[in-house]
Amino acid sequence: MTTTENPSTPAPEIGRDRRRKEDRRLITGRTRWVDNQALTGLLHLSIVRSPFAHANIKGIDTSAAKQVPGVVAVYSAADIGADQVQLPCAWPITKDMKSPQRPALAGSRVNFAGEGVAVVVARSAAIAKDAAELVEVDYEELEPVLDMEAALQDGATLVHPEIGTNANAQWVFDSGEAGSGGDVAEALKKAESDDDQIVVRRRFRQQRLVPVFMEPRSTVVDPNSEQLTMWSSTQVPHILKTMLALTLGLPEHKIRVIAPDVGGGFGGKIAVAPEEVLTLLVARKLGKPVKWTETRSESLLTAHHGRDQVQELAMSVTKDGRITGLDVKLIADMGAYLGLVGPGVPILGAFMFNAIYKIPAYRFDCTNVFTTKTLTDAYRGAGRPEATFGIERLMDEVALELDMEPLEFREKNWIKHEEFPYTTVSTLTYDTGNYEAATEQAKQMFDYDGLRREQQERRRRGDVKQLGIGISTFTEMCGLAPSRVLGSLDYGAGGWETASIRMQPTGKAEVVVGVSPHGQGHETAFSQIVADQLGVPFDDVEILHGDTQSSYKGLDTYGSRSLAVGGIAVVKAAEKVIEKAKPIAAHMLEAAEGDLEFSGGKFTVKGTDKGVGIQDIALAVFAAHDYPEGIEPDIDAHATFDPENFSFPHGTHLCAVEVDTETGFVELYKYVCVDDVGNVINPLIVEGQVHGGLAQGIAQALYEEAAYDDQGTLLSGTLVDYTLPTAADLISFDTANTTTASTTNPLGVKGVGEAGTIASTPAVVNSVLDAIRHLGVKDIDMPTTPYRVWSAIQNASGHAGRADEANVASPGAGLGSTARDMPEGGNL
Amino acid sequence: MIPAQFDYVRPTTVEEAVQALRDGGDDAKLLAGGQSLLPVLRLRMADPSLIIDLGGIAELKGVREDGDSVVVGAMTSHYDVARDDTLRQHVALIQEATKTVADPQVRHRGTLGGALAHADPAGDLAAPALALDAQFVIAGPDGTRTVAAADFFEDYFTTAIGEGELLTEIRFPKYTGWGARYEKFNRVAQAWSIVAVAATVKTDGGSITDARIGLTNMAGTPVRARGVEAALVGQSATEDNVRQAAQAAAEGTSPTADADAGSDYREHLARVLTGRAVLAAVG
Amino acid sequence: MARIRTTVDGLVYEDDVEPRMLLVQYLRERLGKTGTVIGCDTSNCGACTVHLDGMSVKSCSVLAVQANGAEVLTIEGLERDGQLHPMQQAFHDNHALQCGYCTPGMIMQSIDLLGDNPDPSETEIREGIEGNLCRCTGYQNIVRAVQDAASKMKPGASATQQSSAQPVAGGGA
Repeated sequence: MTTTENPSTPAPEIGRDRRRKEDRRLITGRTRWVDNQALTGLLHLSIVRSPFAHANIKGIDTSAAKQVPGVVAVYSAADIGADQVQLPCAWPITKDMKSPQRPALAGSRVNFAGEGVAVVVARSAAIAKDAAELVEVDYEELEPVLDMEAALQDGATLVHPEIGTNANAQWVFDSGEAGSGGDVAEALKKAESDDDQIVVRRRFRQQRLVPVFMEPRSTVVDPNSEQLTMWSSTQVPHILKTMLALTLGLPEHKIRVIAPDVGGGFGGKIAVAPEEVLTLLVARKLGKPVKWTETRSESLLTAHHGRDQVQELAMSVTKDGRITGLDVKLIADMGAYLGLVGPGVPILGAFMFNAIYKIPAYRFDCTNVFTTKTLTDAYRGAGRPEATFGIERLMDEVALELDMEPLEFREKNWIKHEEFPYTTVSTLTYDTGNYEAATEQAKQMFDYDGLRREQQERRRRGDVKQLGIGISTFTEMCGLAPSRVLGSLDYGAGGWETASIRMQPTGKAEVVVGVSPHGQGHETAFSQIVADQLGVPFDDVEILHGDTQSSYKGLDTYGSRSLAVGGIAVVKAAEKVIEKAKPIAAHMLEAAEGDLEFSGGKFTVKGTDKGVGIQDIALAVFAAHDYPEGIEPDIDAHATFDPENFSFPHGTHLCAVEVDTETGFVELYKYVCVDDVGNVINPLIVEGQVHGGLAQGIAQALYEEAAYDDQGTLLSGTLVDYTLPTAADLISFDTANTTTASTTNPLGVKGVGEAGTIASTPAVVNSVLDAIRHLGVKDIDMPTTPYRVWSAIQNASGHAGRADEANVASPGAGLGSTARDMPEGGNL
Repeated sequence: MIPAQFDYVRPTTVEEAVQALRDGGDDAKLLAGGQSLLPVLRLRMADPSLIIDLGGIAELKGVREDGDSVVVGAMTSHYDVARDDTLRQHVALIQEATKTVADPQVRHRGTLGGALAHADPAGDLAAPALALDAQFVIAGPDGTRTVAAADFFEDYFTTAIGEGELLTEIRFPKYTGWGARYEKFNRVAQAWSIVAVAATVKTDGGSITDARIGLTNMAGTPVRARGVEAALVGQSATEDNVRQAAQAAAEGTSPTADADAGSDYREHLARVLTGRAVLAAVG
Repeated sequence: MARIRTTVDGLVYEDDVEPRMLLVQYLRERLGKTGTVIGCDTSNCGACTVHLDGMSVKSCSVLAVQANGAEVLTIEGLERDGQLHPMQQAFHDNHALQCGYCTPGMIMQSIDLLGDNPDPSETEIREGIEGNLCRCTGYQNIVRAVQDAASKMKPGASATQQSSAQPVAGGGA
């Protein structure tokens, strides 16, 4: 027992811009990426993949490959039962959803270019690749299915003839039926015959994107220990473990999954990948550790893609700018198979099309469709960027039709700060928010009025470079998710999260979390939380994660849930530690529990200077020489937190671009965003999340697209063709926060991982159109490439443009021009 | 991904390299800076049986003056080209274009000769070499020969370098005092040129007295915009005059169409970028 | 097989390698220098950037045999006597990394950049790292970190930082 002399209470950790604990090993190269694993006797996989989008497999000849020295085995699907596997989809969105079998290797038919058909196992990756090139596969080509609307027509070629349709499922929300609003068909009909209303209809395209985490995926399986151990570059080690057990019929307690350092995910590593299953199957069959590491081109081709929707929107509005109805019809491309949560991704948008606006009647109708392309699944924002793009583009279009300033139109319809909590037409209850405050601050930082004047000046002068201003006033739902809500959406699991705190004899705290970071900075942010909760130094906290042996229970990281759900589990665990410590403290202080208060890491007896620190209590229960009767000598605690609601970050994003009207080139000019993400644990991390989110959202608007040719071959199959922005393409963003604390969790936090991506895309596209709308341009598909922008200007002025666009890899852009044959003897 | 197997030799003289080419036959490939070749090998789009690394041949590196010419060894890196004082003074255009090639790391390894011999239509150095009337010195079993730029670029990835030969030097006439600009247009900083224009212009008292203009990615080979050159000479260097002259930029080109640009767009870009390049070159 | 002799992070190595082995694979698989990583197969991403005889290169686009006789510096050789290189420190101080996968290459390229241009503008920094892709940070804090490191590595900046910078700065020399 100690009585400390009047300790000064340390400054709160929450809100500090702590530098990250994680950085040291990352900046010195002492990292633990999966591909770094080098186990004795490790074998390597190379997967033989189909060059065709849709084909029957008539035969596979592995004999030449097997002759290569160093090759251990060559397997086709049937050799290891890979064709019998059904990779899991955890989100059957409707009772009658069509779910074709998704094997680990294709047995008799391939359904997208890149699908695996055989696997080579060898003593080195190079030998495996050498041999893989010798595997002869006899394909009978089938018609590819590429256009999702055509795929739904009668008589369309079927991706999976055995399910009799290319439609995966149709999912509908109707506010009239739900009782949360009116009937939108009636609202639109009424508007059409009402002189005081208009109806605006638009069709938008959400192009297909690739997440492009920087670390290519990698899996190592060691079958030779008590538990089979899988290291995988995954966001979801816990889900992966359970799903491997269910999918392969393995006892779950015989599987250990480790996600060591994981180099980014952005949703792209939420999966039970065929390659993970394949590595496991081969390792078990051979009884040897096996590694699979993908190349970047393999990753672009086969790791799941994101987005890819056709959106048909209709909004009715009074001429003075009040929205009276919103009708949303989506078609979403699933690709060839259903991913882990793929069919549910567009459905998340159902709750977000109404966004921050008060909409009296709303309907959302989404049809998921199969095509012979790489499957789609979660990508940063998952369903919410698509919805936010749709509504924020539409708000601009409607404002235009009403001849109303777009911010004014938004303000007329958004939920006022005094109206919170507010239950929306899609049945969510937004707890807090202040759209006026965020918008006002953003306008000031942006010099909105000044830039509008500059825009007018440039128009008047007829400058080559025209200025455009784009707005996005967004909200999102994150902190996935209340388990009961997930249940009502037929999701296959809950949305809780866990944390455990293990107090060491020396007073240090090991905190085991179920969320699984891959760049977010959990170790730092959670340490800050624990430091405040337990009153221990920041450096006395260690966060353990990503290994199902230590972190035995969790639902992993996605949907901006780590802080808003996982962080709260940490708080709850800390509260339990304090609760368990209290009777011991009372015993040590010879006081009644009721007379104790806990603050700054110490129990003190009210009105005295007698006290004992939590770290001393940890030592006392370790010794356990003297503790109260009837309790265990232990202050460790475990907590599971199931959120009562989503959280609803929001913000106002303002983008200015310069459009070169001669070339169509779009250059970022200024970007301001003011986000309300609730209380901030670490402002440095929050800012970093916003920056990165913005870059990805801006890239969707301007740069990125996963394009296929008419045979179903991915054209953007390398980083030469899938154009990510570099530092030289982006600018410094002006970011700030307003804060309305969330009322549904004790930290008042909301989540920040996806906000920048969700908000920025429509702001950028709105700004591009705003710059050249006076030239007659109405819309431009994303990405708004120079060619598309120039063509739009040409078309608007009556000139033909994009007449001869060929859907082929660009010469020069194809790594120089490797798409063409290079004559021998060229001197490189 | 690792390339397929190959043998490797590293000659130290041009003669040894020529001998290695003879020994290696059809399946031999020359390795200069390797910044295009290695990705191609890694993607297994080519699988030569022999790689002849020119990196050990000291005589192929460096920049020197030779009377009215500046001579650049084929294995001189982009990095060295971009910072060479002699080139800055006499052949500024090649330097301007070189600074836009790929990124700093690639410019450290990549070479002028390698890029020119690769002859990628979207590569940035062929058009300035053509505009500058460079001479290409090619070594082979029968000694050396010199080919004019106009004859060097034959087609996509095809040059006048024959089997068993290698490029050793690029000789540039001096353009001392000429203004220069390489106007590159691409989608993102890393991307290859959709179209680019290499322009070097001589002025006297505000009048254009001479001009050389080459176009990147407007055909399978670089194209000289002779119509523009002719139209510029004798004009005062006003924006109107230059833009007017630039209208001829797409004459004689045969640009391809792809997802980044239709041929009409490329023709349009050639005109716009030519105007901008010339205006920048005259300063 | 070809015999190569290299100096990597100050130690001399001799090995027989297949001619096709890439420098990055040699570093990772033979020397255990897994701090240098592979992010693509087309030399776009720059994650594998190391210094070869004082100049930044993408080690995925250099054959191990080409490094024969050369000196290689990787991210693992920057720290001296437990003290971070000012660029490493600046990346930490400015939150210039999230997942950290691009970080080794980004740091090596940023050091090279300052070797050529000790006082770069924001534009020069952005162009100087255009061969390195990052998917997490939007580059903004990386730019800040390079600016920060530049100010600390300038002549007249604190002596300890200078001395730790000296052995490794100056790519392009």
